[in-house]
Amino acid sequence: MTDPDRLWDSPEPESSYDVVIVGGGGHGIATAYYLAKNHGITNVAVLEKGWLAGGNMARNTTIIRSNYLWDESAGIYEHALKLWEGLEEDLGYDVLFSQRGVLNLAHSLQDVRDSVRRVNANRLNGVDAEWLDPAQVKEVCPIVDIRQDSRYPVLGATYQPRAGIAKHDYVAWGYARAASAMGVHFIEHCEVTGIEVVDGRVRAVHTTRGRIAAGRVALSAAGHSSVVAGMAGLRLPVQSHPLQALVSELLEPVHPTVVMSNAVHVYVSQAHKGELVMGAGIDTYNSYRQRGAFHIIEQQMAAALELFPIFARAHVLRTWGGVVDVTPDASPIVGLTPVGGMYVNCGWGTGGFKATPGVGWCYAHTIAHDEPHPLNAPFTLERFTTGALVDEHGAAAVAH
Amino acid sequence: MLLIPCPWCGPRDEAEFRYGGQAHVAYPGDPGALTDEEWAHYLFFRDNPKGPFEERWNHTSGCRRWFNLTRDTATNEIWPTTSAGARPGTGTVATGGGSR
Repeated sequence: MTDPDRLWDSPEPESSYDVVIVGGGGHGIATAYYLAKNHGITNVAVLEKGWLAGGNMARNTTIIRSNYLWDESAGIYEHALKLWEGLEEDLGYDVLFSQRGVLNLAHSLQDVRDSVRRVNANRLNGVDAEWLDPAQVKEVCPIVDIRQDSRYPVLGATYQPRAGIAKHDYVAWGYARAASAMGVHFIEHCEVTGIEVVDGRVRAVHTTRGRIAAGRVALSAAGHSSVVAGMAGLRLPVQSHPLQALVSELLEPVHPTVVMSNAVHVYVSQAHKGELVMGAGIDTYNSYRQRGAFHIIEQQMAAALELFPIFARAHVLRTWGGVVDVTPDASPIVGLTPVGGMYVNCGWGTGGFKATPGVGWCYAHTIAHDEPHPLNAPFTLERFTTGALVDEHGAAAVAH
Repeated sequence: MLLIPCPWCGPRDEAEFRYGGQAHVAYPGDPGALTDEEWAHYLFFRDNPKGPFEERWNHTSGCRRWFNLTRDTATNEIWPTTSAGARPGTGTVATGGGSR
């Protein structure tokens, strides 16, 4: 047996880089790619404490959509979706992007009102969206139980046909391969242990593989954002929680789309190989452990069975957890910090995967120009002081 | 599932409790005197340590009382509990119903 060709180089860290990205997840890798491709900045290192894309990028349920309520969100998520639509061509790498649509179910009169409002808001923002009645929901996804005497009756759903899923590992590998070809260094098993700030400006990061001087430092550490930001004396309005997901054994194709339900905290799709992929709501307490409590899984399975009686004989193959950083308004923080030359990308909570190309694009612009791209300008750290929150609890879909 | 030591009911399953986040976040004495930044920090910013964390729980399916405990967010190890009115770090129970 021979080893496959390496998709990216793993060089020894150099003593200095123009840009150091802290966190080699999907966002960090995509940011490095767009720094090189859009801005010609290739003296870049992505530092990852574990292996590349082994955190939330390896643990999410791969749902891609842009049907958020507010203009600010529609801007960045729809930009991401448009990039997804051209990503395989751009990277020259198959990521199994499949636009199979997403249904967001409504189970109460208030759900219906909120959903119809969101459909109308989406359309005004140029985001494809439809309101479906229960019979139309059944046409899109025949295995959903639409009987009205169930515990969570389906009163209708929003439908975004351009939404879908992708193969998360391939996305990370495709971006890393392309960025590596342009000169970006991916340095794995390199944990940042300190951030050197002199006269209000970042100078270097200290790591388990030595000191690395940096012209600019871009944090992209998801669940560990508070920990790394704290090294530079920066406090963030995020709380870290476990978020769990599971897969069934491989099954025949039965589920043609993606179904999400805010009210019962479950979201389900069927991966290309055939396993049902389901996600839960967050565990309620703060934690940095990549596991959660089983009663959360039990509740999620009970809800899934109500919606999909056909799943009754399926078996859970594997459950796991990741650590997600949740903000008070269920919207991310992407922008400058009070520390010169240091930038922050965090707070994506339960929904960061879908934004990978969009945030990579905008964060790279922010780092290159030392000012936010127009699409991430609303998502500043300052909004918690000014009060200009972007409240997406409704469209964020799970218990943010 | 966590086994949480309620100071009044003893150790019980996590499912009986509701989480209350960081403990000892006092309401500002003079809210009107706060700057916007100070108010934002009171309203939206909480500690998020990887390690020991003093936090609040309510035994919603039991005695329905609030209490504090210290839990390590990296290991889930839990240290002895106190009532909601106890002073930070003292492990002692305040009298007179505790602070507001």
